[in-house]
Amino acid sequence: MTVRIQSADFDVGAEIAALRRGNRKIGAVAAFIGTVRDVNEGDAVAEMTLEHYPGMTEKAIEEIVGQARARWAVVDALVIHRVGTLRPADQIVLVVVTGSHRGDAFAACEFIMDYLKTRAPFWKKERTGKGLRWVEARETDDIAAERWRLKG
Amino acid sequence: MITVLYFARLRESLGQSSESLALPANVRDLQGLRSLLAARGGVWEDELAHEKRVRAAVNQAMAHSDSPIADGDEVAFFPPVTGG
Repeated sequence: MTVRIQSADFDVGAEIAALRRGNRKIGAVAAFIGTVRDVNEGDAVAEMTLEHYPGMTEKAIEEIVGQARARWAVVDALVIHRVGTLRPADQIVLVVVTGSHRGDAFAACEFIMDYLKTRAPFWKKERTGKGLRWVEARETDDIAAERWRLKG
Repeated sequence: MITVLYFARLRESLGQSSESLALPANVRDLQGLRSLLAARGGVWEDELAHEKRVRAAVNQAMAHSDSPIADGDEVAFFPPVTGG
């Protein structure tokens, strides 16, 4: 398991290749890439700045990945989350899960992302034509995370 | 002493990112600390007193209002998270 918080961009192809390298047990690789939209709440977004809680962020994500590994057959997992100032179309987050079969890899990847959205201490501040504003948490993200509990 | 950290909107409106605090004997949990800070009035009351959506962590783990707090702890207050 690898968790990295960084301001630098990441190369998805290189990261996946490194995670897969030499492992013949892997039959499935599921990846999610989050990117910066140019519109939020109806306003054009010029840029956004991501703040986090150093120390807790890494622990929170490691805990989430640990829960995923306990629930699905995961070979390995990688999470990279960027902080600092980003612009529309920039990459923000990468989650990659490898497994023997696609079902577990898909589910674990989505679970990690849904839990990261509601449990990992990051905060976005965006610059629009109206000035700077903190992005408000969405109830739909809470619902997305909650449904994993209901799935039992 | 405990360390209290503030992030994002709270850090900006409270005008600080961290402080060291002597924990009064009658403050034993997160709700007690939140009430103690809110009693400072002004922006502290605005951010912490009401039903505003504030989240907290104790020693870098998500916590609830009845989570215990003891000397030496690191406590953080922040808005609901918006990463990913």
